[in-house]
Amino acid sequence: MREAINIKPYLRLSGLEPLVVRPETNFVNIGERTNVTGSKKFARLVREGLYEEALSVARQQVENGAQVLDVNMDDALLDGEVAMVTFLNQLQSEPDIAKIPVMIDSSKFSIIEAGLKCVQGKCIVNSISLKEGEQKFIEQAVICRSYGAAVIVMAFDENGQADNFQRRIDICKRAYKILTKQLGFPPQDIIFDLNIFAIATGLEEHNNYAVDFIRATKEIKALMPLAKISGGVSNLSFSFRGNEHVREAMHSVFLYHAIKAGMDMGIVNAGQLVVYDEIDPTLRQLCEDVIMNRGNENNEATEKLIAFAETVKAKGKVVERDESWRNNSVEERLKHALVNGITEYIDQDTEEARLKYPKPLEVIEGPLMAGMDVVGDLFGSGKMFLPQVVKSARVMKKSVAVLTPYIELEKSKASSAGKILMATVKGDVHDIGKNIVGVVLGCNGYEIIDLGVMVPADKILEEAQKHNVDIIGLSGLITPSLDEMVHVAHEMKRRKMHQPLLIGGATTSRMHTAVKIAGQYDNGVVHVLDASRSVTVAGSLLNQEQKPGFLKQIDSEYQKLREDFASKKTSKQYISYEAAIENKSKIDWSLFTPVAPKQKGALTFRNFSLKELIPFIDWSPFFIAWELAGKFPAILEDKVVGKEATKLFNDANQLLNQIVEEKWLDAHGVIGFWPANSNGRDSVSVLNENGVEGEVVHLQFLRQQIKKAAGQPNLSLADFICPEGNNKQDYIGAFAVSIAGIEPHIKRFESQFDDYNKIMLQALADRLAEAFAECLHQRVRKEYWGYVPQESLDNTALIKEEYQGIRPAPGYPACPDHTEKHKLFHLLNATENTGISLTESLAMYPAASVCGWYFAHPESKYFGVGKIEKDQLADYTQRKNMDAEVVERWLRPVLE
Amino acid sequence: MSSINELLNKRILIIDGAMGTMIQRYKLAEEDYRGTRFADYPTDLKGNNDLLSITQPQIIKAIHLEYLEAGADIIETNTFNAQAVSMADYNMSSLSPELNLASAKCAREAVDEFLVRHPERRNEPGPFVAGAIGPMNKTLSLSPDVNNPGFRSISFDEVAEAYYEQVKGLVEGGVDLLLIETIFDTLNAKAAIFAVKKYFRDTGKPELPLMISGTITDASGRTLSGQTLEAFYTSVQHANPLSIGLNCALGADQMRPHIEELSQIASCYISAYPNAGLPNAMGEYDELPSQTAHFIEEWAEEGFVNIVGGCCGTTPDHIRHIADYVRKINPRPIPVIEESLTA
Repeated sequence: MREAINIKPYLRLSGLEPLVVRPETNFVNIGERTNVTGSKKFARLVREGLYEEALSVARQQVENGAQVLDVNMDDALLDGEVAMVTFLNQLQSEPDIAKIPVMIDSSKFSIIEAGLKCVQGKCIVNSISLKEGEQKFIEQAVICRSYGAAVIVMAFDENGQADNFQRRIDICKRAYKILTKQLGFPPQDIIFDLNIFAIATGLEEHNNYAVDFIRATKEIKALMPLAKISGGVSNLSFSFRGNEHVREAMHSVFLYHAIKAGMDMGIVNAGQLVVYDEIDPTLRQLCEDVIMNRGNENNEATEKLIAFAETVKAKGKVVERDESWRNNSVEERLKHALVNGITEYIDQDTEEARLKYPKPLEVIEGPLMAGMDVVGDLFGSGKMFLPQVVKSARVMKKSVAVLTPYIELEKSKASSAGKILMATVKGDVHDIGKNIVGVVLGCNGYEIIDLGVMVPADKILEEAQKHNVDIIGLSGLITPSLDEMVHVAHEMKRRKMHQPLLIGGATTSRMHTAVKIAGQYDNGVVHVLDASRSVTVAGSLLNQEQKPGFLKQIDSEYQKLREDFASKKTSKQYISYEAAIENKSKIDWSLFTPVAPKQKGALTFRNFSLKELIPFIDWSPFFIAWELAGKFPAILEDKVVGKEATKLFNDANQLLNQIVEEKWLDAHGVIGFWPANSNGRDSVSVLNENGVEGEVVHLQFLRQQIKKAAGQPNLSLADFICPEGNNKQDYIGAFAVSIAGIEPHIKRFESQFDDYNKIMLQALADRLAEAFAECLHQRVRKEYWGYVPQESLDNTALIKEEYQGIRPAPGYPACPDHTEKHKLFHLLNATENTGISLTESLAMYPAASVCGWYFAHPESKYFGVGKIEKDQLADYTQRKNMDAEVVERWLRPVLE
Repeated sequence: MSSINELLNKRILIIDGAMGTMIQRYKLAEEDYRGTRFADYPTDLKGNNDLLSITQPQIIKAIHLEYLEAGADIIETNTFNAQAVSMADYNMSSLSPELNLASAKCAREAVDEFLVRHPERRNEPGPFVAGAIGPMNKTLSLSPDVNNPGFRSISFDEVAEAYYEQVKGLVEGGVDLLLIETIFDTLNAKAAIFAVKKYFRDTGKPELPLMISGTITDASGRTLSGQTLEAFYTSVQHANPLSIGLNCALGADQMRPHIEELSQIASCYISAYPNAGLPNAMGEYDELPSQTAHFIEEWAEEGFVNIVGGCCGTTPDHIRHIADYVRKINPRPIPVIEESLTA
């Protein structure tokens, strides 16, 4: 049996996390800026109801080291109770603020009680006192206790505020006795505010205020050792307001002495405290004299400090880059560079470490890995964001590159946490996400073998066996890649492989992985949502103890998903294909006059101006690629990721300027328009005026078959083209655009171990391609087709797609069959005109390419076809004149 | 009441297992829930387990007796949802006082009957009836509207008022202890504590011992409202509880590190009643009685616990096994509360 444990009578507070005030805690910072009486900015934000911004004041306090947050809403223009409740309720939903305890501060007890009803943690009430007599004091103390709060007791009684040593002692002793003896209040939950008054006011009777406070602190701690001492520090320097430099120095000197005397906590502007030792010695001595009231007869010390203050007033502070970390040990410097992503000194620091350690490998295994561990921990706990991690990886890679020649010399090999092979599957060219996962895993000590894009299953598996990797990761962005992944899994089983298989990429999902892939392979198939999850997943899979349990858990999760899937399958109702056609969009074609495109046939754009594309960029997906969640431009101001998003955005714009100025990339595109009519069902006949005389291309579309609510049509894109027999010639258009020339720059960044810029470049090329499509679409509407010549929309409206007409892409929800891309390319002669080629999975290369159809009808809109039934499949197969099996393979994503 | 303290210092006490799991075994239909009294009630009542204390008291009493026979020293009243706020789901808010009174009586009668059957058990204090005060379907720290994080669907005063009424019913029905359990929002629990203290202040009755049991919802070791275990304990310590502990959400295996942590920081007795493992793909609990008991035995040997039992999915068989496994093991000694900061 165990011995009984001992529990110390510490003051224990809590927000979402505990705060225990121990003797060695030294000093607890209470953030003062969330106080309407002390912060003009905070007061204005609350008065204007801008609570979200008011929360950012709180966040700043926490970031600057506040351990408790003082909240005060005492303002004549405010309903204090409402403001307190609103602010505290909102604060609860911000874990990074709510983690620390709250001090509810008001001179009105009703506001305090309203606040106590909002906070789950153990708060401090600021304050109660004997000002209105014992009865009121007891009443309020009992209420505080019934909410579990600690209390600040002001040194204040019926005769007023204690302003000398003896009054402070007497009042505190009396209050302590009532609280502990009469009410059973825990003594450690009592905090005395001994009144910090302004000194150096010019009035001699004020000169000893600080000394009295410090002496009283010492005495009370001796008499009542469990009680705590606090005070509002800013009051002290009130006569120097406007001169922050002197005020900060005074606070620092005062706290230096008060803390030594036993002061436990204070209300301060967290983040504005200077270190005692770093105060200019002249100023420090002047502050010492004023605070300790030495040599201050006839206000001499005071006068000197005032005189000094005049000299520094004008100066202001110069913001200097903090290079002090350069003075630390080489290990600390490497860590600092890794955590902060600084490459500036990495070569020289690595060299220094190499000379210091017996073997170059030990530099990697020692200080570099230690630094990356810190990065990994910070990332894992949400204190670092992906762009920062990628920068850290850049530093790591550069450092390793310095060491590699020496390591090779020793013919030894770096040990790693495990080997992971990654590839984008056959037919797919997208690899931004895969690259990010590779970097993040690399940061966590895994050796990454990246086979690149369009890798056939055989090659993936051969390489995996050759290198004896521990995990295989597959990535893909387009829908046919899903099938390819199923194939890889199937092959792994046939080859009796043992490695777990990770599945990732934009079209992949847990459901697809569970239903289609997991069943193909028995040694572990795991869907990984994003880069940050990949680390935990890889960790669990490579830890022999965790692995069986982890896989078992995944297995039962996936089993559940399969069951859900099976039961859902029957729950949706579908109608027959003929009934779906019957229920097509009801467009009154007699009211519609098609506009003949100004441009006939195809028109090519070579080397389109990149500069012109920049205003068309939709930045939100750019941030998604970097796993920063939020809409642009709001994301730049986001409370959590705003700072990093802004940095990333600045870096992106810098690189973008360079791309444009130095003509790194070429934008090529082609558009075209042709007479077209539908057959009233799902086929559209297009007269190819550029092709062989009289050539007609038949486009085939798919139609929604799910049972719709009354009045809702079963949509097909064919509905937006006028059917034959209306005596109206309608038109359809198409486009293909591409950003070419990325390869040499990618290679260059790779050779510089600069994943950050590599991924950045890829992401920007994607954005430019989308911007190109958006830009051309606008010109098509206004000019080349010209069906809305007067349109005037800004970029926000463009992104929101507020314009008339659509540009859906084959392979995407409105027309999910990728094989129609062949027809689009044929009509536009796209490969010749733009240099875009199609892979066997019908992905476009370069990866930064976009294509699609143009529909002009005002009722045309985006939609998803969803699942289709066998009868439509049969009809479609016939229309396409293709092998049933082949059609089924391409349409698998929309078949059950 | 010192009798339970006396027993707690001697041995590990056993609290009963799941009520809902046992009720399920009776496969009750809508008519059974309604009984004759609520035959024409306008709301569907199936699933209102607390109502069974009025409409099927013999079933509730039988379940209590099964747990007592299995070795439970503490049985919980069938009142997990029996306050006005949760009862609003069934349009039965006004029935709350009666539900608590009736449930307390069911449990009380079960204990009396048990003691008639087992006169030898009279040599010790107990078995005890704990008035169960569950969480609510509305929370004070979380907004139900993601777009408006400052919104609250209920106020502290409303929660405290509902709990006050529940406490009144339970105490008047003759419970020996009060148990605030399955706490996933600490602020709701603080309102319950507020109500308990206020009730005893208002009536001048001697305070009954209060047990407090929180719920850690996931591997992060936090409550649903986001607090760490220590922060949670700190937030309810002013209740001066008889015991602090954890129940529900986790199986014993997952609960272990949290119980260990709690046993290191709490100045009162420690209670723990986990689920019968984690639910399987079908949502059922399939941990065997011997498995659950095996985990708890290890906690007992480590000196972590004073009161143990089961939550969701546990049965009288689980309780019997747990009681068997810990019978000979000494309880965690109550900590020494120091009066000075210096060593």
